[in-house]
Amino acid sequence: MHPAVEFRGISKQFGAVKANTDVSFSIAKGAIHGLVGENGAGKSTLMSILYGYYRADSGDILLDGQVQSIHSSHQAIALGIGMVHQHFMLVENMTVLDNVMLGAEGGFKLAGQRAGVEAKLREICARYRLDVDPLATIADLSVGAQQRVEILKQIYRSANILILDEPTAVLTAQETASLFEILRLFKEQGKTIILITHKLQEIMDITDTVTVMRGGKVVGAVQTAQTSKEELANMMVGRPIENNLPRAAYNPGQPVLEVRDLELRDDNGVTLLNKLNFTLRAGEIVAIAGVSGNGQSELMEILSGMRLPTSGDLKFEGKPLPGSDPDRGRGDADGLPRTFRELGIGHVPEDRLRDGVIKGFSVMHNTFFGHQDDKALKNRWGLIDFKGIAERCAGLLQTFDVRPANPDLRIGLLSGGNQQKVVIAREVLANPKLMLVGQPTRGVDIGTIEAIHRQLLALRDAGMAILLVSVELEEVRALADRILVMCGGGITGELKIDEFDTTRIGLLMGGMHKS
Amino acid sequence: MTTNDMPRWATGFVLPVLNLLSALLVAALVIHMLGEDPVDSLRILVGSAILNPEGLSYTLFYASTFVFTGLAVSLAMQAGLFNIGAEGQMYFGGLGLTLAMLAFDASLPWWLLIPAGILGAALFGALWAFLPGYLQAKRGSHIVVTTIMFNFIAASLMNFIIVKYLIPPGEQNTASRVFSAAAEMPRLNAWFPVLGETPLNIGFFFAILALVVYGVVMTRSAWGYKVRALGLNQHAAHYAGVKISAMIIIVMALSGALAGLGAVNSIMGSTHYLSLNFVGGAGFIGIAIALMGRQHPVGILLSSVLFGALIQGGFDLSLEKPNIPTETFIFIQGLIILFCGAMENLYAPVIVKLAKKG
Amino acid sequence: MTFEDLHLGSIIVSTVRNAPVLIFAAMAGLFAERSGVIDIGLEGKILASAFVSAAVAFATQNPWYGVAAGVAVSVVLATLQGYVAITQKGNQLVGGIAINIAMSGLTFVVAQFFFQQGGRTPDLGEARLFDVVLPGSSLVADIPFLGWFYTKLIGGHSVLVYLAFALVPLVHWVLYHTSFGLRLRACGENPHAADAAGVSVEWTRYRAMIIAGVLCSFSGAYLAIVQSGFFLRDMSAGAGYLALTAMVFGNWRPVYTFLGCLMFGFFGAVQIQLEGVDLPVIGRIPGALIQMVPYVVTVVVLAGLMAKSVAPKAIGVPFVKSR
Repeated sequence: MHPAVEFRGISKQFGAVKANTDVSFSIAKGAIHGLVGENGAGKSTLMSILYGYYRADSGDILLDGQVQSIHSSHQAIALGIGMVHQHFMLVENMTVLDNVMLGAEGGFKLAGQRAGVEAKLREICARYRLDVDPLATIADLSVGAQQRVEILKQIYRSANILILDEPTAVLTAQETASLFEILRLFKEQGKTIILITHKLQEIMDITDTVTVMRGGKVVGAVQTAQTSKEELANMMVGRPIENNLPRAAYNPGQPVLEVRDLELRDDNGVTLLNKLNFTLRAGEIVAIAGVSGNGQSELMEILSGMRLPTSGDLKFEGKPLPGSDPDRGRGDADGLPRTFRELGIGHVPEDRLRDGVIKGFSVMHNTFFGHQDDKALKNRWGLIDFKGIAERCAGLLQTFDVRPANPDLRIGLLSGGNQQKVVIAREVLANPKLMLVGQPTRGVDIGTIEAIHRQLLALRDAGMAILLVSVELEEVRALADRILVMCGGGITGELKIDEFDTTRIGLLMGGMHKS
Repeated sequence: MTTNDMPRWATGFVLPVLNLLSALLVAALVIHMLGEDPVDSLRILVGSAILNPEGLSYTLFYASTFVFTGLAVSLAMQAGLFNIGAEGQMYFGGLGLTLAMLAFDASLPWWLLIPAGILGAALFGALWAFLPGYLQAKRGSHIVVTTIMFNFIAASLMNFIIVKYLIPPGEQNTASRVFSAAAEMPRLNAWFPVLGETPLNIGFFFAILALVVYGVVMTRSAWGYKVRALGLNQHAAHYAGVKISAMIIIVMALSGALAGLGAVNSIMGSTHYLSLNFVGGAGFIGIAIALMGRQHPVGILLSSVLFGALIQGGFDLSLEKPNIPTETFIFIQGLIILFCGAMENLYAPVIVKLAKKG
Repeated sequence: MTFEDLHLGSIIVSTVRNAPVLIFAAMAGLFAERSGVIDIGLEGKILASAFVSAAVAFATQNPWYGVAAGVAVSVVLATLQGYVAITQKGNQLVGGIAINIAMSGLTFVVAQFFFQQGGRTPDLGEARLFDVVLPGSSLVADIPFLGWFYTKLIGGHSVLVYLAFALVPLVHWVLYHTSFGLRLRACGENPHAADAAGVSVEWTRYRAMIIAGVLCSFSGAYLAIVQSGFFLRDMSAGAGYLALTAMVFGNWRPVYTFLGCLMFGFFGAVQIQLEGVDLPVIGRIPGALIQMVPYVVTVVVLAGLMAKSVAPKAIGVPFVKSR
């Protein structure tokens, strides 16, 4: 019997980035197959190729033994492949029924079709225990229910192969268990499931077979029953991670940041941060490791003043940070980042283009972005001292080796790496006591990566407290004194740098708590 | 394809010129279809509005008002707000000016009276823009719809106020009484008799001053920097510590104040009384000016003079060529807004291709 | 005060006759905006079709040719707006304002060119659209109240009035009970979901704009051919913006939007009837203040002080495929 899906030598490159290199493995019919890996391992790219969003540069995909050339998602659907994305493709103010019928109404008049579709949906719901009312409005449904609607859509379109992309990121434990029940029923009907995840417990709980990817390549394909979390963690992460950059002896000073019971719930009541507790001292780098989407971004937003927490205590240099206690009547975080900055908290944001720079401004104008209210940058008439800023900028461009070293160029025209150098230089220049750094080397070339790492280590040696969020374990290994691993909105474990163990970190990243 | 990806010489000069030429080309085509010669029309227009000293005086007089409405829309646009309410804000500013005049023009000397009028115009204009600004910042009400509504409310409200309270007893004209001579802005024909009996007054210099202040504030002050950041990227502006709610409200209030100041030139420079619908479309011309001048002080000045010339020259043109009534220039205004505003990137792909080759 | 003193009968009939201008335009705006394109250019389309329909009706002495010509022009303008919004991905608000201002000027100029009557078209006289007189009207005309009801309120209006009222349930049906309407609404709420489901967002939005052009033209034709018999400069007098307001007031839903149109028609009728009438307690209300009421009500609605008015989620944002 042919496998449901077989990848043969799939390769895909985006510019200089090799997203998939010679990926080959097969998935048996009726199997629940896990696809595991860190950020950037290539799992999403591979599934996008399977679903027709991209065309592979080379290699073949075989469905049921036949080579198929999948040009578009519509063709993929026609071939029986369904995908449940991380961001749902649902129209919120319409009913489940309307969402399912969209694009496949079966005629101009809806009335004639509705009854038939509704009946079929109820039948599918009953068979797979989806527990969804076809006449419910999407906006009224919980996130878990909305996900089931997405699954319902795929089944209605006769999907035989169902791809789920990090489905449990938005679910509670209860909802996850329900989802797995549905997947099992799906499997009983002879359908095939591909589950993209980084959570190792889920792999062990539900999958039959697993493929582990790393750096665009397949590093392991095993039967779930014959492997263990440790082995998976090792394969997921396991590569010699060297740290060759020099640093001063670890000698942390006074606590600069104290986080106690920090919680964040969004408007739908979903818990994004779950009672975080940690302390950051002067002269140390604490790295928050973990796959993205586990609350790290939200944590950075709160610590930089861009967002208010739901509850918790934040102390900076021993004093409570403004806005951290919601009872003090602060409605929103409007204008708060300025206060934080003036207190001495620097921020290199994760999303450089969205938050950190103004693309249309010149390089020079970006060198004081966020610091425009600083009195030191004003001349005697209260206007911006452009002469002083130009001098500063020239020095900055040289010290940080920004290329091209043209202060009047629109920063949008610089490469990602050079943009990042400007942002880091700017924050460093303000000499903060605490520096928040989010994914500092995302989209940055290799040479610049090392320069940025050396820069951060030098700051740490000079006594700055640095909180680093990074999905790149090499970066964490190179920079951290202590590592906190986050998963599911909480800290699953803490390690000192000399306790660095890829298996252990992999387990923590995969949701296994240190116990 | 955004303007951020193209060099400055392209976005700051080539594109705007191409857009303007497109609008004028369409206009020329329409004039031709109306049976008139576009080149001859242009000759008459330029002759009337620029080459003739009295005509030039009128051109600059109109331009003085347009600078203020153009600045009003430009300032709001820099913050990412589309203020369509300049028409109503200038109208309401006229009321503020009038109240100051009616209260003080018998008692105060001109050097206190004129500032009082200016203050009244600015305050009332600011108020009329503050309300939509507040609703946008605090309630999320779309500024475009609210400012359009406030234009209509102003029209009705002013109608009511003028008719009920301001018409002097025995008069028929829907206008207030004439202000005293102390309220007259000194006219430039006192120093340049060649200008003839034209209303060009020191308001023109106020307009230039306003442009300079605007230019300095937007490019050299931290506040102007923050306004521009807000207009370009709201997320990053939040990162940079901008208080977004407050900034929206303040920018709208200042925008309204600028629009209100447009009334100073129109009323205190020319008619010396408040009349129904005295604004006559200046607020909407401000929109065309802001788009055509790309919110740059020099661009605003040039666009204002251009529109002043269109109005003045258009008037004389309509006398010589009955097939080109003054309403033609309202049509041209719409074309300019279309090409310089909604279709501003029409020629961008062509330019990028040419730039890559060269 | 009697029924007659309050002119209530006249007010109600006037409301019915004022409403179609707004109804056609509001239904047009509804199609555009539910698909995700802001249509601020209703005013311009109304003016253009008002002029063209009056001009052609006069020239051919046939009102139906006038209506057809009005439709054609309005569709051209709507397609231009669509090009700006959908293909050029330009600022939809600016595009709409541009059309309004351009048409305000152009209609006058062209009218002046062809008819030399100060920017208006000649009176249509008899070449107007027919009124619908219900059978048996002459028999019941004298019965108190019922006569008025049958001959003046339900019957006796221009055919376009009936078209306008019939349009509302039709629009409702198309939007909510056809596949075209489903896809259109999806484009306005979540175009990425529509795209993923195989719907062409751009083509759907273009079609929505064309429909808006067609519907809006009837507003202009009604103004020029039915209500006045000629085109006059800027005769739309803000009807396009009022229609938008009715849409916001009606939460972008056909039936509530229709009620909003009725409300504004009512205020218009009241303003004329109450001019100079002494009301108990309040005295005379100046016409200008009554005129102001619809706009104030809109601001109140927008400020969220009445029930929350929620625009289609993806409105105003040009669609760019995410992959």
